[in-house]
Amino acid sequence: MGIRVEHLTKRFGAFTALDDVGFEVNAGELVALLGPSGGGKSTILRIIAGLDQPDSGAVYLDGERVDSVPANQREVGFVFQHYALFRHMTVAQNVEFGLHVQKVPKAERRERVAELLQLVGLAGLEQRRPAQLSGGQRQRVALARALAPRPRLLLLDEPFAAVDAKVREELRDWVRRLHEQVHLTSVFVTHDQEEAFALADRVVIVREGCVEQVGTPLEIMDRPCSEFVARFIGEANVYAASVAAGAARVGSVSIALSGAPAAGPARVVVRSYDLKLWADADGPVRISRMVPLGDRVRVEGLIDGEHPVVAYFPRRSSLLHGLEPGCRAAIEVTLARAYPCSNGTGATHVERS
Amino acid sequence: MPETLAPARPELRAVAQAAPASPLRRRRSAAPRLLLFAAVGAYLALVLIAPLAALAQRLGELGIGTALAALLHPEPLAALARSGVLVLLALVINGVLGVLGAIVLVRHRFRGRELLDSLVDVPLSVSPVMVGLAYLLVFGRGGWLTPVLEPLGLRVAFAFPGLLLATLFVTLPFVVREVGYVLEELGTDEEQAARTLGASRARTFWLITLPNVAGGLGYGLTLTAARALGEFGAVLVVGGAIMGSTDTATTFIYAAIEERQNAVAYGMAALLAATSMLLLVGLERLNPHRRESGGN
Amino acid sequence: MSAVRVSDWLLRGTFGLFVGLLVAVPLAALIVTGLSAGPAAVLRAVADPMARDAIGRTLWTAAVMAVVNAVMGTATAWVLVRYRFPGRGALSALVDLPFAIPTLVTGLMLVLLFGPQEPVGAWLSTHGVPVAFGSAGIVLALTFVTLPFVVRAVEPVLQQLDPDEEAAAETLGASRALIVRRVILPAIAPAISYGALQAFGRALGEFGSIVVISGNIPFQTLTAPVLIYGEVEAGQPGVAAAVSVVLLALALGLFAITRRLRGRLRGTDA
Repeated sequence: MGIRVEHLTKRFGAFTALDDVGFEVNAGELVALLGPSGGGKSTILRIIAGLDQPDSGAVYLDGERVDSVPANQREVGFVFQHYALFRHMTVAQNVEFGLHVQKVPKAERRERVAELLQLVGLAGLEQRRPAQLSGGQRQRVALARALAPRPRLLLLDEPFAAVDAKVREELRDWVRRLHEQVHLTSVFVTHDQEEAFALADRVVIVREGCVEQVGTPLEIMDRPCSEFVARFIGEANVYAASVAAGAARVGSVSIALSGAPAAGPARVVVRSYDLKLWADADGPVRISRMVPLGDRVRVEGLIDGEHPVVAYFPRRSSLLHGLEPGCRAAIEVTLARAYPCSNGTGATHVERS
Repeated sequence: MPETLAPARPELRAVAQAAPASPLRRRRSAAPRLLLFAAVGAYLALVLIAPLAALAQRLGELGIGTALAALLHPEPLAALARSGVLVLLALVINGVLGVLGAIVLVRHRFRGRELLDSLVDVPLSVSPVMVGLAYLLVFGRGGWLTPVLEPLGLRVAFAFPGLLLATLFVTLPFVVREVGYVLEELGTDEEQAARTLGASRARTFWLITLPNVAGGLGYGLTLTAARALGEFGAVLVVGGAIMGSTDTATTFIYAAIEERQNAVAYGMAALLAATSMLLLVGLERLNPHRRESGGN
Repeated sequence: MSAVRVSDWLLRGTFGLFVGLLVAVPLAALIVTGLSAGPAAVLRAVADPMARDAIGRTLWTAAVMAVVNAVMGTATAWVLVRYRFPGRGALSALVDLPFAIPTLVTGLMLVLLFGPQEPVGAWLSTHGVPVAFGSAGIVLALTFVTLPFVVRAVEPVLQQLDPDEEAAAETLGASRALIVRRVILPAIAPAISYGALQAFGRALGEFGSIVVISGNIPFQTLTAPVLIYGEVEAGQPGVAAAVSVVLLALALGLFAITRRLRGRLRGTDA
């Protein structure tokens, strides 16, 4: 069951939450809406579910326009950030609620509830109340509840944001496996780039109400279409420089640029793993800090005493020989992209994941 | 096991196709909302607003000037003064002891605390006439403490002290409860910080605790004033409403109605109602159980 | 905790003495006097036809009022919490008025509105609903006096409801009516009960407004508190005390229940 949204626009007073948002989700796909907080991702989700109405634009589910269909008839499963479990009902009553609405007979309801609780790994907890469950358990009940009435698609609004870090990882893996089993078209909202890339088939990047880029994780990583996306995804070194003949200078270092960038002022983006540093007494880089991070080492330095550079090396890398804080190093950039500066936007403040 | 994805209600597809696309369609019909407003409006109009309007209308008929002028006579003025004194004494005594009680009940732990706590709430459940009766049984003819007090020339029943005791009884819980509520919400962090900075208990109380509970105290005092002014049954029974010595504003109104002295009765009632409105404004301002401005 | 000092005990002692003398002693006098002739005498006093009728009337008028208040009070709280409209603040303040205004003045206002000489009262009288000098008047007076209880109990609970729970029910296919019935009502039911019980307890002892509007006619509009007053005036404190004991038992029993409910309400949050 595919989803298509077109030209969605929504304003709250003077504030524009969504500005001409459009994208498609193919049947059976797991798509992430990724972007910084407050960017409108949750609003899009709620509009698809029918919980909010756009000022203009259209929503199509499986090719049919559903704008005038009320939320309680769209057959959409929704999992809320803070679970929204019915606090005065037991787990079983929560899960069977949708079936109860569909007037499914009691025996069948009970069977389905058992089936679902088994699916989410909470068999035996039917009579518990939400207050007696952990965050991870509550989220799984919310999932079971949303899936019980056999929805046509599944929407998840920052489903792991309210859960502990360790549990978050487990839930993530578990949701991915579930999706591979069930292949229900799903859209989930997150501000965590790592999470989006780990789970989704494709990612839609949303910033301040606009769609920045749509693509598979690999596509976005390798070919970010704007400076914002390049900075948002993974760690990057960004420099202001002038492009001339397909290269740019940062201090005394010349960097070859991929693609065919136009000449002129631009931002140059170099990923932390797309460059090499090695000890060299005449090198332009002075190492300022080396931080061991388990299986990696983070190396920070300054090019020509002015431009910061960050690189990551595996712990046992031979390149680390001789590198230590205070020493000089040479630098080689293997991949860099340039984005022309648009007027006045300057640097964006962005969340690094 | 794989899920089957066949939708449970295929007939709804037809609905989606047939309905015209209208993104600005209202989500909820207005009819139930209007009905609700109308019902609540009618209810409040009947129970709250109409009686107030009736009083205002009667005053209008009599003429506000006439009504207020009727109050400017020795007896009504004396009754008003007596009520005023009772209110003031209740504010001071139950104010001070109320703060004391709140601290004792909320911050201390000792045997008998639960019992004391329950006793403080008792006045809220007892009918005013029973309060009056209880005091008569203690201080009236043949009362428990009468043999002790009479030789000393102390009259409590059918005298001012009886009125005072009854008023203190019915207003006891307010300051204790409201200050106690604020104390609980605030916790002891600030007070403990003051102690680590060297403040004595007394200083901590005056400089930290008291200012912090000022809001709750104000609210409790306003409730106390309203209740003290409005007390009727208890003072009627204990005091006997003897004109000139134990009548209060409320018992005065009662007597005036019985004697068909309408002008002074309504005048006094209007005065009390107006005072209540003022106290109500105070209540709303000071309310620590803040009513948030919600709304869809 | 720091060591308990003498000053602590001084504070406790002062307050304890104050409350003891002010509350415990009179209460004890009432109970002891009421029971002094033995429990049989209490039963006899209560079995007296007039007393029985008065107590019965007190109970059923309070019950009717509690139901009316539960329904309309909840509706009022709903309107105040869920909607914005001009005059909302004033209305919210008005709901608290019964706590500020003397009950006697309330009774007076109701007489002005519904008394037999008044246009409204006369009209209602001829149509078989004698408000003044009738039970309807008693219920009305009680409703006024206890109006804030249910509203104040329900409002904060309504405010704290999670809107996502209602949204979740919507996505699961529930109609608005079903959402109100199965998601919202169960959540506010304890608060409604608490408010209604408080109102009921308060109504049992109501005197000032009823003594003015009901006419205090035995077997028709006499309530227990007014009966007690009558007995005291008639120089029968013993009888008055006996009836008081019964009423007190009811009131204190209710009070214990509401105290428990309040504890439960305070600790309700998943």
